Amino acid sequence: MSQGEGTRELFENLEGYDELDDVDSRKRAIRLWSETLSEQWAILREDKLVVFGVVTITFFGLVALLAPLLAPNPPTERMWEGAMIMQWENPLWYGGEGSYLLGTTAEGYDIFSQLIYGSRPALIVGLSAAVICAGTGTMVALVAGYYGGRVDDVLMRITDVAYGLPLLPSVILLVAMLGPSFLNVILAVCLLQWRASARVIRSQVLSIRERPYVQAAKVTGASDWRIISRHIAPNILPLTFLYGAFAIATGILTEAGVSFIGLGDPSQVSWGTMLQSAWTYNAMYHQAWWWFIPPGICIALVVISGFLIGRGYEEVTNPALRGNN
Amino acid sequence: MSKLNFAIRRTFQMVATLWVIATLLFAMFRAMPGDPTTYFVSEGMPPEAREQLIAQYGLDQPTHIQYIEFITSLATLELGISFHSGREVTGIIWLYLPNTLVLMLTAIAFAYTFGITFGVLAAWKRGETTEKGAVILALLQRSFPEFWVGLVVVGIFGAWLDVIPMSGMTSGDHRPESFLAMITSLDFLWHLIAPAAVFGFYLMGLPLLLMRNNMLEVLAEDFVDVCRAKGLSERKVMFKHAARNALLPIVTAAAVAIGYAVGGAILVETVFSWPGLGREMVRAVLRRDYPVAQGTFMLLATTVVFMNFVADLLYSWLDPRVVYE
Repeated sequence: MSQGEGTRELFENLEGYDELDDVDSRKRAIRLWSETLSEQWAILREDKLVVFGVVTITFFGLVALLAPLLAPNPPTERMWEGAMIMQWENPLWYGGEGSYLLGTTAEGYDIFSQLIYGSRPALIVGLSAAVICAGTGTMVALVAGYYGGRVDDVLMRITDVAYGLPLLPSVILLVAMLGPSFLNVILAVCLLQWRASARVIRSQVLSIRERPYVQAAKVTGASDWRIISRHIAPNILPLTFLYGAFAIATGILTEAGVSFIGLGDPSQVSWGTMLQSAWTYNAMYHQAWWWFIPPGICIALVVISGFLIGRGYEEVTNPALRGNN
Repeated sequence: MSKLNFAIRRTFQMVATLWVIATLLFAMFRAMPGDPTTYFVSEGMPPEAREQLIAQYGLDQPTHIQYIEFITSLATLELGISFHSGREVTGIIWLYLPNTLVLMLTAIAFAYTFGITFGVLAAWKRGETTEKGAVILALLQRSFPEFWVGLVVVGIFGAWLDVIPMSGMTSGDHRPESFLAMITSLDFLWHLIAPAAVFGFYLMGLPLLLMRNNMLEVLAEDFVDVCRAKGLSERKVMFKHAARNALLPIVTAAAVAIGYAVGGAILVETVFSWPGLGREMVRAVLRRDYPVAQGTFMLLATTVVFMNFVADLLYSWLDPRVVYE
């Protein structure tokens, strides 16, 4: 008798909890997410290299935002009249006339200003590639892994086809066809690069799908969407971030490569197009290193930051790595 | 599933993947902006001659007929005639492919020799400066764009120190009679060093990091303790016993890497003006030479798909423990 009372009380409490949960479900979700993220941030912050990565990306982000204020000259305005192409102006600390910190290109553009404006396309390509690639890959992985069977088969065969395409040649072909614009480079990178995250995250979803708490949620009648979004997605989130961080690198390096080949956006200055013009006018031969060294360093700094943040996230995903390195 | 069954199924899958890629390629080229006929048929040409040329290339046929012709000609390796030079595409591929293969194989040999050695050293000297140095090296080589490294190498060794040629595959006055005579000449090797080293450096990160991780796993196994207990020198334990057991994943990774490297050489070929297949593809794309662009791209994609296939088979052949469900 008393035992029956106790059980009923227990269930009443449970119901009460559920009601409370329903009322504040949004608040609760926000709280859970912020707790998870701040917990991960706390782990990340311990790693000096991750902090370096975050600081570098923030620095370039600020430069990109404040480019019009920081750049002494407009990046696509000739610094002299008349001849289209002539011997470039040396930097001011190298006996150059004029006040160009890094001199000018053979076409008369201020290199330092181009360098500052170049951070814009790099960051936009990097970040959008990261979000779109990791997002698409995660969606494909969740659907394929959770539903399994034929859905999984079809999606994974599509992934196999994507793996059959060599990255740079495909991007070059796509950009040449769609027209050399900045959005098309992003689109082309994203069309190919979701494949890595899709394959890896799917295998993770396959294992999570069989865990007792997911089975329990299924038994209690939770909808597929609820199980995917509440019970599976949060567990693969660090992997999504990891692949997102790596996609930053792929995005920026591919954009630079495509621009270097001469398929860059003609209306915009990027580090890749700067290197292309340095190569075209043979700056290496004339040892104008201030022309072609800085863009490469900038690309590498942003890419390294992406890798470092990714590596930090790897430690969040895989606690076994923590403390050993 | 037996190994033979797996191989057969995998073969079918490979053919299917290639067919899908070919179809995508066909659809993409038809969606390309601009009429291909206007490019290679000059304006002043009389209409009859113009139409005759269009008919010759089959561009007046309905799309589905063009598609069937496209697939059958691919299957029979008839890749058509270049719009630009009027030469057979297969002939063009035979002309440029060997140049790419020589460059790529030299670079792969370089990358895997040094990558594996540094990987073993990094695992051996875990926690010491050597390991940190190796990991930082791998990080740097993944972060700097390979064409920028090429620019710097040309700038330092080509222009400043003047010890390597600035570009090309042979010197201007040097005209070898055959391919074999060319690649065995000192002049060719002198031209090969810089691009092969830059490309090898680019490819080195993967074997280095893979080898380090595998070694760390293998070193935890019992037989390593037995080797040490036998009194073998640490160097023998590392290179003779542990490294051999850690090599397996590298072999399959190398197969996949070779597949991607044929297309990945594009940028290095561009920087060093190396007359390779990837550079030829870019040039064909830029001048809208459809048959050459299609043919070379299809070859690059086939290499990737085929080497993935080889990697899968190698894996089961080299490791008898692998069982296919």
